[in-house]
Amino acid sequence: MACRRLSTNLSKIIPWGDIMAGIGNVWIFIEQEAGKIADVSLELVCKGRELADRLGVKTEAVLLGDHVESCCDTLFSYGCDTVYLAQDPRLEPFTVLPYAKVIMDLIREYKPNILMFGATLKGRELAPRIASEKCAGLTADCTDLKIDDFEDVRNKKSYKDKLMQIRPAFGGNIIATIVNTWDDPQMVTVREGVMKIGEPKPGAKGTIIPVKVALTEKETVIRVIERIRQEKSVNLKGARIIVAGGYGVGSAADFKLIHELAKTLGGEVGASRAAVDAGWIDHDHQIGQTGVTVRPKLYIACGISGSVQHRAGMAESNKIIAINTDPGAPIFSVAHYGIIGDLHQVIPMMIKAYKAKA
Amino acid sequence: MNHKIIVFVKQVPDTKNVTGQAMKPDGTINRAALPAIFNPEDLNALELALELKDRYQATVTVAAMGLPAAAAILRDSLCRGADEAVLLTDRALGGSDTLATSFALSRLAKTIGGYDLILCGRQAIDGDTAQVGPQIAEKLNLPQISYVQEVQDYTEKSIRAKRAIEGGYEILEAPLPVLMTVVDANEPRPQNAHRILKFRKAKTPSEVVAACGGDAAAAAPEIEKLRSRGLLIRELGAKDAVPEDEFGRLGLAGSPTKVKQIMSVVLTAGEFKKIEPTADGVSALVHELIEDHTLG
Repeated sequence: MACRRLSTNLSKIIPWGDIMAGIGNVWIFIEQEAGKIADVSLELVCKGRELADRLGVKTEAVLLGDHVESCCDTLFSYGCDTVYLAQDPRLEPFTVLPYAKVIMDLIREYKPNILMFGATLKGRELAPRIASEKCAGLTADCTDLKIDDFEDVRNKKSYKDKLMQIRPAFGGNIIATIVNTWDDPQMVTVREGVMKIGEPKPGAKGTIIPVKVALTEKETVIRVIERIRQEKSVNLKGARIIVAGGYGVGSAADFKLIHELAKTLGGEVGASRAAVDAGWIDHDHQIGQTGVTVRPKLYIACGISGSVQHRAGMAESNKIIAINTDPGAPIFSVAHYGIIGDLHQVIPMMIKAYKAKA
Repeated sequence: MNHKIIVFVKQVPDTKNVTGQAMKPDGTINRAALPAIFNPEDLNALELALELKDRYQATVTVAAMGLPAAAAILRDSLCRGADEAVLLTDRALGGSDTLATSFALSRLAKTIGGYDLILCGRQAIDGDTAQVGPQIAEKLNLPQISYVQEVQDYTEKSIRAKRAIEGGYEILEAPLPVLMTVVDANEPRPQNAHRILKFRKAKTPSEVVAACGGDAAAAAPEIEKLRSRGLLIRELGAKDAVPEDEFGRLGLAGSPTKVKQIMSVVLTAGEFKKIEPTADGVSALVHELIEDHTLG
């Protein structure tokens, strides 16, 4: 679909002050599986509340599915003022075209200022489809968001109270702050696990706005023949202690050492992408830019060189121990304790020392 | 029926292998030290297209938008088995964000025409956005299937694909034409020895002109020769693919997102506490962590 108008036309039609007077609300797309809300959606509700308070607008959830009204109370308890509730058998399970249509219709009617998605598989295929139709800017994989003014020096324009969309780029080697200067909504996907989830207030009330689902044949052309899924086998985000292995572990057999140390310390097993790609451990255990972001009390990196992608997923850990034979490994730049040595010798020492003390 | 597949590919700096050697003394990245490579998941998309070509009747057109140097990955694609290559290159496309990029590529797809399947890698490693594929689909009014791992069936009217979802997979069936983004679930074939002999000589017209020291007249016979032997990589400028009244949607002008600030991630020298890799050293560390309640 063609863009109906570009920002250059818009600013001629409507004076900037009038747009600000009618500033839209902060929206969060709520991801759910069988009525269970994804953690990242609740993280975004909490962040959305903070942004909405700063702007003096409402925090509103966009919830699609079938028989999902039981999610509403949870959303209110985490700070939503409103839930736009779209229920239809054709919205279950998630497929991208019907979801994009329903959300696009809502955007046209209610004109939100900000629209956030989790940077999950669903969010990362849905958000661009919507942004393209709306001709809105979209920033992927944000790790921080704030409200600030923006001076567009090149075009000699200034913008008040815009969303600063902060994300790593260039393989994580730079951090860019990006601003959407066209029509609202300002759209972002946000990485899982980086926004802190607040305490819910049980009993908090809000408004449910039922949404009329208008789908045509055009949006329902893709058929789901089969759908197989299971919950993740490991909960890394909730782990207090993580023992992670990288390429330096050397083999699938030697990965047992990582499991053994984790079991001894009461922690979970993590891995770098290199170890996952080598087939030594399942992708559910992957930590970093394409895996999970974690911040445990203790992170033990064993034979992980510490690519910028991996560090992005664990650098916020409370304490980091790095075990590596290479003193130049970048992992030492984020470590609190560094052991320059062979993990195959150091880990058994650590297990023995812990068993002796504990 | 003869299927026609377009594969969109991108030349990217090799950001995945940033090692100590690519870091400057101040901790910022030395971009010049990074080689330009074929975006990894675009190779998976090309491999899927070539598998489909092997299993069904199909022609595979590989298309890229980028600098003139991006012809290198198109040559690579021809050596692996692609039938045709097209490069969209123009200064007017510089500074494009994902919206402007997907707009230009959607117009390029229309210019190539006749396709029933468009394949893209899930994402490029320089931006990691995964946005361009779905945005091209929307601009062409096509259904999309993201994160495709394999194609199970490809008939005259429809395609059936297995794709990743959180914690599992789905089998989806879509009518043609459709756009799919592909993840690294296959093993890209190497260049074929016979094809290398032929297609290593493939060039874009501007590469030929550059080889003739910028003398277009001198290059003309060579360009004709390549064309007659099927070795000319088609090269388009913005005006060849995009109507003039849509030029405002290209490049910086067509990009709603503006970069306010860029900060390099500085890799400082670690100020970690060094623990000796001995039983005593490790034991003292474990003791310290138990004392401060990190462990136990």
